[in-house]
Amino acid sequence: MARSGKPLVWGPFAAGGTLTAFLTPVLVVLTLLQPSGLAYESMQALAGHWLAKLGFAAVIGLSLWSAAHRLRITLYDLGLRADTLVAALLYAATLACTGAAIYYLLKI
Amino acid sequence: MSERRVELEVLRYNPETDREPRFQRYDVPFRDDWVVLDALNHVKEALDPTLSYRWSCHMAVCGSCGMMINGEPKLACKAFLRDYPGTIRVEPLRHFPVERDLVTVIDDFVAKLARVKPWLVPKEGAPAAATGELRQTPAQLKRYKQFTLCINCMLCYAACPEYGLIPQYLGPAAIALAHRWNRDSRDGGRDARQEEIAAKEGAWECTFVGACSEVCPEHVDPAGAIQQVKIESTVDWYQAHLMPWTRKEK
Amino acid sequence: MSRRPYVRPITSEWIFRHPRYVRYMVREFSCLFIGGWTVLMVWGLKQLAEGPAAWAAFLELLRSPAGIAFQLLTLAFAAYHSVTWFNLTPKALPLQVGEDFVPDWVIAGAHFAGWAVVSLLILAWAL
Repeated sequence: MARSGKPLVWGPFAAGGTLTAFLTPVLVVLTLLQPSGLAYESMQALAGHWLAKLGFAAVIGLSLWSAAHRLRITLYDLGLRADTLVAALLYAATLACTGAAIYYLLKI
Repeated sequence: MSERRVELEVLRYNPETDREPRFQRYDVPFRDDWVVLDALNHVKEALDPTLSYRWSCHMAVCGSCGMMINGEPKLACKAFLRDYPGTIRVEPLRHFPVERDLVTVIDDFVAKLARVKPWLVPKEGAPAAATGELRQTPAQLKRYKQFTLCINCMLCYAACPEYGLIPQYLGPAAIALAHRWNRDSRDGGRDARQEEIAAKEGAWECTFVGACSEVCPEHVDPAGAIQQVKIESTVDWYQAHLMPWTRKEK
Repeated sequence: MSRRPYVRPITSEWIFRHPRYVRYMVREFSCLFIGGWTVLMVWGLKQLAEGPAAWAAFLELLRSPAGIAFQLLTLAFAAYHSVTWFNLTPKALPLQVGEDFVPDWVIAGAHFAGWAVVSLLILAWAL
């Protein structure tokens, strides 16, 4: 058998899984409580910095990728056998969403 | 010692007469220190000599008596009757074809095991076993020791839903044993084993359910081994594709 | 004697056969909430780029009953993902120092401590 190219999609899954484990819960707490840091001026100032733009894009892209990869596997576990199609659709949606996020970040 | 009774509900399948398996009940007297295997032996000796099952050592070493006991993969020689209230349902190991009664067809596992070369592949230039010795420090031994405890009982295959869903999957024990040799300082066979365990139907079919490690009677951690294989194979892949100059000449 | 092995059918009922498979499925389903919430944040960036009114509308949506319910569910699933991820980390990344392996609880514990520090730093910035 030949070595698989799975690392290409698994690498970002593992990185994204680690990122979401550290960050998602506290970020959800923020969007729930909406403290002063989430005010328009403060968010504009934060997202105006190129380093923050880079951080936002990386967190969003990798979080989405890990979620998409997991969903692909879960659908297979649940009995959906069209894995190639599912994978193509989910990864494409992830890239599209990440692209949109980068576009909006550059507009800020 | 006090004598109690237990009802066993055993899966029976005779390929010559049965179209599909059925359950048969046996009422068995037992002593406090009896395991399910003792009850099966009593059935065979005193009640029904036609019952077929595999066993050999009766001490969790040979790995022959793996079966589903109340739906959970167990060694029949390690499952004490006193721990089960009510009727005990005994079935052959899940995910394997049933040859007869509790005996399964294990050809698939045996073939997969051979494919990962679970033996010492000498490094190039290493002394032949006849002419020299391969020395190892205690730390080097400890690096792989827990994976040597596998007894090939296949409980991990019966617990793994991915093996059930994808029969081509190499499976927990075979990958853990490949990993055992890959981690051995005396071994030079990793490159050859990677062709199997880093293939699509190797470690990549694992979704880290973790059931294999939970049911292992010898406390081996195949789930851990498989994740380590994934990480190492990922490093290999990115090195080969992003930094091809780091690749060793073969 | 003729061989005629019987192959037992595989069905989706395996998920409910043992609590460990249910726990696994819950862990995997966390992706729906983490992914959905992240898509919501992409929409939030669009609103932020459009101006104060659009951003206010975004925060308003998050404060709606449905928004709060979704975020509470996301919080629960995301926290479960974190706990399972950190607990499994020592299996994937064992660490041998000298002869012995670092105990699993030390590796997992270090990750939990890191998680707490990161969370508190972010909270301190925002509050």
